[in-house]
Amino acid sequence: MSTFDGSILTLVTFIPLAGALLLLLVPRRHRDIRVFALVVSLLAFVLSLHLPVHFHRGQTGFQYELDRPWIPTPNIHYHMGVDGISMWLVVLTTFLTPLCVLISWKSVHERVKEFFILLLLLETALIGVFVSLDLFLFYFFWEATLIPMALLIGIYGHERRVYAAVKFFLYTMIASVFMLAAILWLYANTNPHTFDFVTIQNAIRSGQIPNFPAAAFWLFLGFFIAFAVKVPLFPFHTWLPDAHVEAPTAGSVLLAGVLLKMGTYGMLRFNLGLFPEQSRSNSSWIVVLALIGIVYGALVAMVQPNMKKLIAYSSISHLGFVVLGIFSFTQAGLDGATFVMLAHGVSTGALFMLAGILYERRHTYEITQFGGLATPMPVYASFFLFVVLASVGLPLLNGFVGEFLVLSGAFRAQAWYGVVGATGVIWSACYLLWMYQRVFFGKVKLSINDSLPDLDIREKIALWPAAAAALVMGVAPLLWLNAIDGSVQAVLAPLSQLAKVVVR
Amino acid sequence: MNPALETMQAMPQAADYVRVLPEIVLSLFGMIVMLLDPMMDERQSRKTLGLVALVGTLAALLASLYQAQFPGRGFWNMVQVDAFSVFFHILVIAVAAVVILTSYEYMEVQKIRAGEYYGLILFGAVGMSLMSSAVELVLIFIALEISSISTYILAGFRRRAAISAESSVKYFLLGSFATAFFLYGVALMFGATGSTNIADIAEAFRSGQTSVLGYAGVALMFVGLAFKVAAAPFHIWTPDVYEGAPAPVVGFMSTAPKAAVFAVLLRIMFEAHAPGRLWLIWVVAALSMTLGNIGALVQENVKRLLAYSSIAHAGYLLVAFAALPGDGIPAAMFYTLSYAAMNVGAFAVVSHIAGAGERHVTLEDYSGLGRRSPLLAAILTIFLLSLIGIPITGGFFAKFYVFSAALQAHLTGLVIIGVINSAVGAYYYLRIIVAMYMREAREDIAAPSIPVGLGSALAITLIATIYLGILPGRVLEYAARSAADLMR
Repeated sequence: MSTFDGSILTLVTFIPLAGALLLLLVPRRHRDIRVFALVVSLLAFVLSLHLPVHFHRGQTGFQYELDRPWIPTPNIHYHMGVDGISMWLVVLTTFLTPLCVLISWKSVHERVKEFFILLLLLETALIGVFVSLDLFLFYFFWEATLIPMALLIGIYGHERRVYAAVKFFLYTMIASVFMLAAILWLYANTNPHTFDFVTIQNAIRSGQIPNFPAAAFWLFLGFFIAFAVKVPLFPFHTWLPDAHVEAPTAGSVLLAGVLLKMGTYGMLRFNLGLFPEQSRSNSSWIVVLALIGIVYGALVAMVQPNMKKLIAYSSISHLGFVVLGIFSFTQAGLDGATFVMLAHGVSTGALFMLAGILYERRHTYEITQFGGLATPMPVYASFFLFVVLASVGLPLLNGFVGEFLVLSGAFRAQAWYGVVGATGVIWSACYLLWMYQRVFFGKVKLSINDSLPDLDIREKIALWPAAAAALVMGVAPLLWLNAIDGSVQAVLAPLSQLAKVVVR
Repeated sequence: MNPALETMQAMPQAADYVRVLPEIVLSLFGMIVMLLDPMMDERQSRKTLGLVALVGTLAALLASLYQAQFPGRGFWNMVQVDAFSVFFHILVIAVAAVVILTSYEYMEVQKIRAGEYYGLILFGAVGMSLMSSAVELVLIFIALEISSISTYILAGFRRRAAISAESSVKYFLLGSFATAFFLYGVALMFGATGSTNIADIAEAFRSGQTSVLGYAGVALMFVGLAFKVAAAPFHIWTPDVYEGAPAPVVGFMSTAPKAAVFAVLLRIMFEAHAPGRLWLIWVVAALSMTLGNIGALVQENVKRLLAYSSIAHAGYLLVAFAALPGDGIPAAMFYTLSYAAMNVGAFAVVSHIAGAGERHVTLEDYSGLGRRSPLLAAILTIFLLSLIGIPITGGFFAKFYVFSAALQAHLTGLVIIGVINSAVGAYYYLRIIVAMYMREAREDIAAPSIPVGLGSALAITLIATIYLGILPGRVLEYAARSAADLMR
């Protein structure tokens, strides 16, 4: 098994790419393109399940590692590996992609082949971001996510798609340039030159980088800006609502479900991992931005007339929780942050799928266009309610666990962090349930809505896994947390001067 | 008898001829093309002469590889064959070959007479090759003139288009002005150091005090060369000339002569230890990047857009010249190569889309290309992504090496300017991609298919671009070795 353990990450990462390349050879009008994409993404999912099954939970450090020299000058290694945090993000990605394929089965009519090629390319790039342990490789995948995502938005999106795609591309690309500068600095100042995350981390901890103290703040900021735009943290969030509203459903699912987590994952891994002191000394303003994001995102979500925009702003609010958890520097906070990343991926992914299903039928996201939908579409309404409750944070569903942990961590750090953050939970109940009420309850206002067909088999198949995951994650969070916990401890170890809270 | 005179009177040896073997081969084939031309009718000549010219470049490539086994100087220390010169020989000749392939169908579409065209490309390549191996300023000047005169004429080859004539005349007038600067610089250099041989000049600069004359000489030569690579503030001619010249020729003259001039600059700046290098380069690099990118933002004509982009790229490349020789020379060489691959490729696509009379060259003409011709659009997208500097393309590592070389030399300010510029640059390349994929197709333009010549040109440049983006190690290693030659 040992050789398989070494190559499993490579396999999982590149199977979608191989699928995309094979799709290139398939004739354009072929009917089985969708089936093929589904099979490929399912294969990646099944293989990725190997990771949690054989993960050594007691062990700290990275697992399933593979480290090969790739390019001699500059000294770039093909170094992959996961810990308990990134492993679950990989599984989240592979879990959501088949659902994206299913949900796009009918809604994509034109240039179907290219759509699925882009989707699979995006999956490879996303997985690559989470498994890379070489800063260069990481940057490589990080930038590589941009192109398929921008094309998905720009080609298959709605009316203002071009604007949204270009805005998304430029915004996130310009921000990542700062990260590149920081990475180059680290490379130039290590001796021997290296991009290896673990080596650089050790060099920083043992003080082997001569000019580090002077540059540390700027390096921290370089990384942080790239991640903050991706999250997106207030006030860097303005690209997100545009991108979401214009993106096709599958694009929104992966954007909210996985792409945003690249930012929070980056903060966890690189900001905390490489610059613990700077993270601590800058935590106060970062937490304030996160709190503003939680409250502001929620308040703006409340007044959105557009369903998709509402969900987009709710993401800003939820991701604020993640940042709050990370910069609380407590075991509970970080555990919770990681859990929220996964839970938000599942439930917001499901919300976007549900919104997309409605769009396929009515070609609008305007909330006022609906009302009383529970009568013609009862199954749809039940799924929607279930997911909304999960997202709101009802106990026994997945949203609750993460938010609870984050808030308890935030309380330990500074009581008022927790107080302000906790209002976010209330807000989210407000805007989601209010939206639910306006869309589903009451009498059917518009006659066109009377005859809307309920979910068909394919849509149910796409929604069931997400709903089931939301439930299982809520009932048995330890299945996830026992792997996360050890890795979070490892992240927090250099911040040992902080109070440690172990939640079991 | 004076020993110098004695050597002058000696006959050149066989070894001397090996030092200029690629140039001899290219010239021979150039003459064959010119001689064959009158014997054929116009249509036949396009096909046949294109093939002859292509064979000529391939033979010259082989000659360069053969020559690489005999490093050393020839013709009384005027030319020097080393890893460095071989690198640029292969680069220039390969670009010529790809341009010939691109032109293969283009000539037919545009109804251009082929004989002089292919001949001039080969003669131009002679000058450019010679520039990279010449180590004597007067010979460099002659080579520069051979190369320039060919490109002046080539720019005017769309005889029926007034804009092409304008391009040619503009390029000629301003270009001769710039060469005059270079020649004046050479004269001052001779005054300052008593020699026109780069090795002797290096000796003079290293041993004694640098006079004002020396600084002036370097500055004037730099002005002349900066004009040739379209570096700001000597870049004003570029958009007009590129807009008017035939598209494959633009692909040629935006890469091959530039590569050769950069080779000369590397020799003058590093091998001759020219004084005043740092601030001169700093200013010109920063200006070129900034003005090039800002100019490109508002262009609607793709050829003009790529012209401004080439100004910006000259700026990025010059950043490497400000770095330390050990990192800067290989970085510059790598950049030249990968820029040549992606830019020739991009212009090959442009020349094909342009159609008869080059009517389709605005951004609007690219609307919906992703739908009309997915393959062509995908290929152009890869070249554009490489020009932006996105990973897995040669353009990424090119920028990467240049900027890290500059960081090693503690030029943080210049790197910041460069990094911001490459972010700005992303916007206008994206405009083309957006047009191709996200705008409605123009129905009145037929979907272009990909003919053989163009197809092979695209395949070569595409493979080169991606190879440099995935496995840049070997090329960089070679460049580092030839840089060591240069610094000896």
